[in-house]
Parts: sequence; structure tokens; C-alpha cells
Amino acid sequence: MVELETPRAHHDLGGAGTYICQEIDRAAHTPTDFDKEVDAIRQILGAKGIMTVDELRRGIEGIPKAEYHRLSYYERWIRSITSNLLEKGVISEAELAAVLAAAA
Amino acid sequence: MSGSPQLAVGSRVRVRDDWPETRGRVHIRTPHYVRGRTGTVVRCLGDFPNPEELAFARPARLLPLYQVLFEQPQIWRQGCAGDQLLVEIYGSWLEPS
Amino acid sequence: MAGTVLRLEEVAGERLLRAVAALLAAKGIASPTEITEQIAMTDNASPAQGARMVARAWVDPPFRALMLSDGTRAAEMLGIPMRGAPPLGVLEDTPGLHHLIVCTLCSCYPRVVLGYPPFWYKSAAYRARAVRDPRGLLAEWGTVLDPGVRIRVVDSTADYRWMVLPLRPAGTAKWNQDRLAALVRETDMIGVTLPRLAGG
Repeated sequence: MVELETPRAHHDLGGAGTYICQEIDRAAHTPTDFDKEVDAIRQILGAKGIMTVDELRRGIEGIPKAEYHRLSYYERWIRSITSNLLEKGVISEAELAAVLAAAA
Repeated sequence: MSGSPQLAVGSRVRVRDDWPETRGRVHIRTPHYVRGRTGTVVRCLGDFPNPEELAFARPARLLPLYQVLFEQPQIWRQGCAGDQLLVEIYGSWLEPS
Repeated sequence: MAGTVLRLEEVAGERLLRAVAALLAAKGIASPTEITEQIAMTDNASPAQGARMVARAWVDPPFRALMLSDGTRAAEMLGIPMRGAPPLGVLEDTPGLHHLIVCTLCSCYPRVVLGYPPFWYKSAAYRARAVRDPRGLLAEWGTVLDPGVRIRVVDSTADYRWMVLPLRPAGTAKWNQDRLAALVRETDMIGVTLPRLAGG
């Protein structure tokens, strides 16, 4: 399939030649506990004015292409949420590193 | 730039042929395939803060949001005559055609 | 971020979630209880809500008119909580026009009336194909439109969320609202399928 010759970003998928012949996976995938928790955190951060859905999307779009397509939907979300919280100084890198190390 | 819609239902409009994503970090809600294309305004949806600014936590001006109708086969040079695409586009991306 | 020592791409999603959730709890931003409550609230939204709206519109012409002009108010009339949700738009199928909803940029979905977006709706294949090969895509669901029916693909990319008001299937003239609502599936309200009688 021919691509429209546009310098589209990798998330801007309308008509993308790579996927145009791909069959749709129509199976039901029930959201997991992980999916639901990430989703809930996003909603709470939105409702409390800490992060907009637009910032979430910008963070998702900033994930490099290969990773964007490798990560699951909500894995992209938690990545974007984390980057946004770090960028805004809501959490610090040192704090995050410490919690990750403690859990390891 | 806010307030009442500047484009009436039925107006022919052209989507700006602009590619900010080639110039740096941006967030854009105008799909690539409609840029530079001409369509018809079918709904004025009201004013909404500009997502391109919201995405960077910057003060966002209000923009009128429209639903614009395009002929589908013209865009892809394939498809069924009569099929159409209906896309939400902010006023900042539209110019009268 | 200059001088980054933490490489997020090397942290598995589950581990990252646990760490972020712990920090948000410690900072009083999101407690485990708040998260549990938010999940419960989100779980309340399901395609049954949208189906109720569709069934009501099929039997109640003034409600139908309201639903098409102001989906948010129509949903509120049926007790669906719309506060804080994006405005809802409803697009009406006619004998000559079929609507199909997609979001090519991410996964905008009328969650408040349909619940979590299904996996296929978020997939790259669906997002790529819907705007370019809608008839091929419908065929995968076994959906074949009558000859002469035009397709209008709705790319839901901005502040509204869109759902389809499908045509009421033939053979349901005597059905009540509850029976009609039980017929309507999430796929009918996105437009990849058409409501049909069981076994039909």
C-alpha cells in the first residue's frame, strides 16, 4: 500500500501503510487490574488539576516509535504520567529512584 | 481570538498545509491526512482551550471547534464514491476556501 | 531532562505503577482508597448506558431529537452522570448513511456511555484502516451494508466524544424499551456492526 507522502508523526495513524493490511484483533480483552489502576490515577490527576489529558497525550506521543508500538496501551500511559509528574516537579527523580530501589 | 464561530455551517474551508511536527516538540490534533485538503463545515461545536497549548501546561486561548466533512476517495485516491470523512478541527487550522 | 540517571524505558510498567502510586499516596495526592473508588466509578460506565439511550430514542421521538442535538443533556436525562465528562455528540444512521467512529490520533471514545474502549478500538490496525478502508474493515465484523449506503467515518480527535444512533432493526415493532436495549451492543454504537435479532 502506498503511504500518503506526509511527514506524519508516528502516533498519527490514519491510513498508515504499515497497518492497512493488518487484520484487526477483535477478541475481547478485559482491562486488567494494572490497566484500571493507571486509568484511575490519570483521572484523579486530571480532576485535581495536576495534569491534563492533553499533557498525557503529549507524553505518549513523545515515546520513541519502536517503544510506542511495543508497549501496551496503559504501559504508555504510566510512562507518560511518570514523565509528566517528573517534569512538573510533583515527584522528583531522586524520590522515584529511591522507591524503585526499595522495591527491587 | 475567541467567542462566536467565525465560520458558518456550509462554509468551504481549507486545512492549513502546515507540519509543525517537523520543527520541534509539538502536540497537534489535526490528523496528517486532512492537511492541505478542502472540506465543508457541518457543525460548530463551540469554543475550547487550544490543546496545542494545554499539552505543555501553557495558558490556552479559546478556539472555535468545527466538524468538517471531506470526500474520502479524494484523500486516499481509493475508496467508494460518496463515502466521507468527518473530522473535528480547531479554527486556527482552517482558512476560507 | 539533562543529567537523567533514571531510565524509564528500563522500568517495567507494573513496577513503575507501584512506585508512582506509592509516591502519590505519600504526598496526599491519590490514596489507595481514592484509586479504588475511582475504579469502581469507572466500572459503572458500560455499553448498557448507551444501549438505554438508543432504545429510548427508538421509541420516543422528542428524546431522539434531544439526543441528536445535545447528547450530554439526553444522557443526563437518563441519570447518566456527565459532570466532568467531555460533551457527547450522537450521529444518526439513516437508510442511506452509515456512521463509523474512530480516533486515529489516540483512542477518544464515549467512555461515559460505553465504558472502557475495547482493545480493537485502540489498535494501530483499526486506527489506520477505518479512515481509509472502512468497507474492508466492516467486512471483518461480517458487516455488509445495503447497496447504495454511504459511509461517513468520524475521526474523533478533539473535545467531543461521538456515538452512533443505529437504525432500529426490522421485526422489533412490538418490542418494549428494555428488550430493545438488550439488543444493542457497543460495536453497534461505534458502527462496526448493525443491531440484529439473535439468530437473524
